[in-house]
Amino acid sequence: MASLARISSRLSRRIPLARAIQTSADTTQLAQDASHSEPFTVKLHEDSFRAYRTEIPGLEVQVTKDGLLSMYKEMNSMRRMEMASDALYKQKLIRGFCHLAIGQEAVSVGLERGITPEDRVITAYRCHPFAVLRGGTIKGVIAELLGRQAGMSHGKGGSMHIFTPSFFGGNGIVGAQVPVGAGIAFAQKYMEKPVATYAMYGDGASNQGQVFEAFNMAKLWDLPVVFVCENNKYGMGTSAERSSSNPEYFTRGDKIPGIQANGMDIIAVKKAVEHTREWVLSGKGPIILEFVTYRYGGHSSTQDPIRGLQRYIEEWGLATEEELKKLDKEAKAEVDQAVEEAKASPIPFEHDLWTDIYYNGYRAPIHCVGVSVKRFTTI
Amino acid sequence: MFNTSNIAHLTRRRLLGINAQFARRWQSTGSEPPPAGGHLPSIATSTILRSTRDSAIRTPGIHWLDEGASTTPGNVLAGRETRKMNLYQAVRDAMSIALTKDDTAVIFGEDVAFGGVFRCTMGLAEEFGRERVFNTPLTEQGIAGFGIGLASMGHTAIAEIQFADYIFPAFDQIVNEAAKHRFRSGGQFGVGALTIRCPTMSVGHGGLYHSQSPEGYFMGASGLKIVIPRSPIQAKGLLLASIRDPNPVIFMEPKILYRSAVEQVPVDDFEIPLGKAEVLVPGSDLTLLTWGTPLYHCETALSMLSSPPAPLGPHVPASLRSAKIELIDLRTILPWDVDTITESVNRTGRLVIVHEASRTGGVGGEISAEIQKRCFLKLNAPVKRVTGWDTPVPMQYEKFFIPDPLRILDAVVETLSY
Repeated sequence: MASLARISSRLSRRIPLARAIQTSADTTQLAQDASHSEPFTVKLHEDSFRAYRTEIPGLEVQVTKDGLLSMYKEMNSMRRMEMASDALYKQKLIRGFCHLAIGQEAVSVGLERGITPEDRVITAYRCHPFAVLRGGTIKGVIAELLGRQAGMSHGKGGSMHIFTPSFFGGNGIVGAQVPVGAGIAFAQKYMEKPVATYAMYGDGASNQGQVFEAFNMAKLWDLPVVFVCENNKYGMGTSAERSSSNPEYFTRGDKIPGIQANGMDIIAVKKAVEHTREWVLSGKGPIILEFVTYRYGGHSSTQDPIRGLQRYIEEWGLATEEELKKLDKEAKAEVDQAVEEAKASPIPFEHDLWTDIYYNGYRAPIHCVGVSVKRFTTI
Repeated sequence: MFNTSNIAHLTRRRLLGINAQFARRWQSTGSEPPPAGGHLPSIATSTILRSTRDSAIRTPGIHWLDEGASTTPGNVLAGRETRKMNLYQAVRDAMSIALTKDDTAVIFGEDVAFGGVFRCTMGLAEEFGRERVFNTPLTEQGIAGFGIGLASMGHTAIAEIQFADYIFPAFDQIVNEAAKHRFRSGGQFGVGALTIRCPTMSVGHGGLYHSQSPEGYFMGASGLKIVIPRSPIQAKGLLLASIRDPNPVIFMEPKILYRSAVEQVPVDDFEIPLGKAEVLVPGSDLTLLTWGTPLYHCETALSMLSSPPAPLGPHVPASLRSAKIELIDLRTILPWDVDTITESVNRTGRLVIVHEASRTGGVGGEISAEIQKRCFLKLNAPVKRVTGWDTPVPMQYEKFFIPDPLRILDAVVETLSY
């Protein structure tokens, strides 16, 4: 027990100085002239990826003007939504808990661009963007945060519990969703469907025992699951280096290969997602995908994923600053309207207190909510 | 579930913002504000709390543990100092004493080196060193198992699970390892030096995973003790007793009381015995039994019974208003003080049990069954339970889920007029 603090600082110095992952949001270069109508090729920074027991994805990526612009708009919408949530939280209109993903928009939007609607996603409690991108609405998310009828879980789940048919939440307990993701992937494999599961967790959750249990089952049965570690450097209040004996999360799967990717450059994110999807669908079993990210826009503007993409679009001559501002304004208007509509939604029906606990129609042996309160409810 | 930087501060502020103002609002369940000056007691004005030095050092059952102190009760009160503390400060004070007096004592858990999300370990890492107060990864099962190993070496292990709601990953270690350690080794090994602290009960808006009261899940785990304090003095005395008790103890701290419950707390080392309920208000007509936060709702309900606010008047028969209600704080939930409760119910003939956890599988069911067996011929009414409903804790309707003074009053009136 002698001086854990000293031991851990010595350990962190002993971590081999492998080439560090690139975490700037704006290091991708044009590989050919940008086109307004045709797909064109760009080249990611050579340190955008690191690999464990596998090769890194190719650095050349095909993009289109429309794709980049719509990603820009979507990332802005997601950030505006989170900022609006933050404001509502500060106004005490959102009660309970509210975990925001400001600064991590490249992961949510980039992931959605790399998969299909038939793929499945499950994540932890930083879930708002995924809920929207996987078929939900901004209004539905905000209303859920506010605990209103229009919420995607009818106001019963709150910030951490939002679902769509292809998005299994929104899970509040740290790490609990990871083995659930293995189960989802098993169902996909069992049905022989060419689809993948993205089971996401944070660097903090990666130390929960059940994460390793999920790894083992997934590799044992070669499940089509991509374990996505969003490494934002902090698990609650404790930094990754102080909580993890091995903070190289992409190497923690033992026999499961891993890719570490720049989670701030949306083009690198999309490439990594496509690469890992192909991997698991080719029957090679699970793979770990670690995104290195920062919350709250990172340490500097080069680590803000939205500003990074904005720079690409402007430097490659795809749109002017004014045109991008217009998109940003549209995103803001969209979110503003969603907030107003969500606020106008009433609080849940009374019956929402005692329904959805068992399958609809089943009566619990003891009445769930007593009638004795009725005597005084008239005052 | 806290994360760093702004959100952590936000969430923390939000949670710790359960201040006296909120507590008052929480207490007033009517749609109208109470009359100017107020007539209902709340946590801020509770007579259960000991706000003077004199009353604090005369806390019933207090057992002083000064080095070389005289054991003659007549001598022990002179020169005792007290300091105004809220519940989290009292918890910190107890741990500070444990670390000072016991070289083997260590504190560990998620974010405890920074003071913890409820500030219970604030400054302890700086004072006692980071090798004695240290952060763990987010690994509840690991925390419990690690604590068991440490305690089985005879070291004092004080673990924190950040919320009682997060204790379930550690359930196996607690129920299968800690509770059974002594039995399965034929008494050769024990993990009595293990204490697991965790914030429990509702905050008013915690929802599914931040307002649960999981004490009932541990009731079948013989070998464990479960303790829930109601106030700063109780928290300090019971925590020190838990840390030194030769059995593993889960110490659940009602999180809404961390800031709102304030007392003059003796600064010396003292314990309050485990396994003993405390009669807070003696009575002869009905026994009202609870623990933790609902004690204050019970106090409010009793005030409503004796002098109901105007809108309640028609619902409280005049004949019941002078009823003498015996209010008891159970304090130790496992093993619970059967003798005190039996003696009380044999006198009063009526029992109402209040707890925040859901009714089915709740601690109230166990107590009801035992009391109706022991007091069957003395009971004038069925044992009544006022509890959370058999639903998950609903965020938007949390205030309807938690037993409030009105529901307690209703149960008392119904039981008295049965």
